Amino acid sequence: MGATVITITSGKGGVGKTTATANLSAALAMKGKKVVAIDADIGLRNLDVVMGLENRIVYDLVNVVEGSCRLRQALIKDKRIENLYMIPAAQSRDKSAIRPQDMIDVCDQLRPEFDFILIDSPAGIEQGFRNAIAPADRICIITTPEVSAVRDADRVVGLIEAEGKGPALLILNRLRPRMVQRGDMLDTADVLDVLAIDLLGIVPEDEAIIVSTNRGIPVVMENTSRAAQAFCNIAARLMGEDVPIMELEEPSPSWLSKIANLVRRH
Amino acid sequence: MQHSAVETISKAQVSIKGTSDGLVIHLGAGEWNALLVALAEKLDRTPSFFRGGRVALNVGPRQLTASELETIGTLLSKFQVSLWAVLSDSVETQQAAAEMGLETSLALSRMEHLLGEKLDGRERVIADGEPAILVRRIVRSGQSVCHTGHVIIIGDVNPGAEIVAGGDIVVWGRLRGNVHAGSNGNERAVVCALVLAPMLLRIAGYVARSPGREDSEAYEQSVVPEIAFVYNGQIVAEPWRAMDGLYTDWRADLLRRAANTLSTWF
Repeated sequence: MGATVITITSGKGGVGKTTATANLSAALAMKGKKVVAIDADIGLRNLDVVMGLENRIVYDLVNVVEGSCRLRQALIKDKRIENLYMIPAAQSRDKSAIRPQDMIDVCDQLRPEFDFILIDSPAGIEQGFRNAIAPADRICIITTPEVSAVRDADRVVGLIEAEGKGPALLILNRLRPRMVQRGDMLDTADVLDVLAIDLLGIVPEDEAIIVSTNRGIPVVMENTSRAAQAFCNIAARLMGEDVPIMELEEPSPSWLSKIANLVRRH
Repeated sequence: MQHSAVETISKAQVSIKGTSDGLVIHLGAGEWNALLVALAEKLDRTPSFFRGGRVALNVGPRQLTASELETIGTLLSKFQVSLWAVLSDSVETQQAAAEMGLETSLALSRMEHLLGEKLDGRERVIADGEPAILVRRIVRSGQSVCHTGHVIIIGDVNPGAEIVAGGDIVVWGRLRGNVHAGSNGNERAVVCALVLAPMLLRIAGYVARSPGREDSEAYEQSVVPEIAFVYNGQIVAEPWRAMDGLYTDWRADLLRRAANTLSTWF
């Protein structure tokens, strides 16, 4: 069998690659899959912080590639969720420290033991991005509903197609249903219209994400927020389950609440 | 022993073939610098055969930058061989080659060969059966399609994408990127699209800019296929179904072009 390697990338920075990697890894592990998350953002490592495993790092990905430790030594086991592991990036090096073939080799070693290998790609389209997509079986493009992020996502989709790694899957992050309703934000159809790839899921803007990121506890572990629900749905879809896309639009006010509003106004 | 093994591999990666379009150097897989060494060895074996000639380079799917192409151009010029065309499946490589003024297709040269004369820009656009390329995919942000003949795209041309054609540009889809038809000065070139909403549209030396995002969105609501061409010293776009006053002139123009075709070919 062997693991499915999924790379999460975006082109543009700050759209939620690391948050998505942390939450999808945790969600898949909570569903009983054996998962390892690999931080490929060498020199700017974040995944360990978001996953709350920062203080457990002894060895990192570059140590493994350079042969200064065994792969097993760099694997950090999450104590909160069974079956969840991560391999951190090096903070003191840069993207040139590893090559695409190194990523393929590392993933090939991990494949027999895991169900899913999730790779957190760095922003950009240079060496770090090439390293991250080299071993991928599937690639998830994450974007926010902003013209600039969609433009960069489109560029990345093109590069992935050129590498023969397509078709990519889309995660639309930080959608604000109210702003979409007002016509102040690109909606899902606008984004899909340009990118023309399959939609894997939509994650609404949620303050819980900021709180969880700072605390180092992925939102899916608490599973109360809408963002957590969205990530759990995406994880289920990655496992092949047929989960409908979450309805994010606010329900239109009922006649009763309309009257209540009128009364309040007068 | 080891040295000869290396040489056997490099021989397999570089091959030179004579075709109806002249000499074509095929560069296969392998490390770039090793390929350059192998190519130099090959040229060095029979320098008098290559001296003063011109070659086309076929690099397959390999992605090359302008500076890498320049390196190989310099290498070839050391053997007094000139590089005139680069063939590649990689859009990035094609773009780099086009930027350096190199051909990216052999079709035009074959046509010149058949006619026994050098075609100028204008005649190219007249001939029936003239060179054109058909691109059957979405052209995404950062990708570019450059061709000395006509360019036909089945699919969208996304914002940030670029199409440059010596002849006409036909987009069976939404055109929202940058296009330049008649890039070699042909003012009779046209651009047609199902949705003509380019960011920048150029025909020969004329430039037209999109009316802006707000307008183009409203515009996309009620779209009809349009054709853009140079008329009275500026670029005009007309709905394909209602040519009105321009129609007679346009048709007359077509007829004139048809008449020219006859005089060229018979």
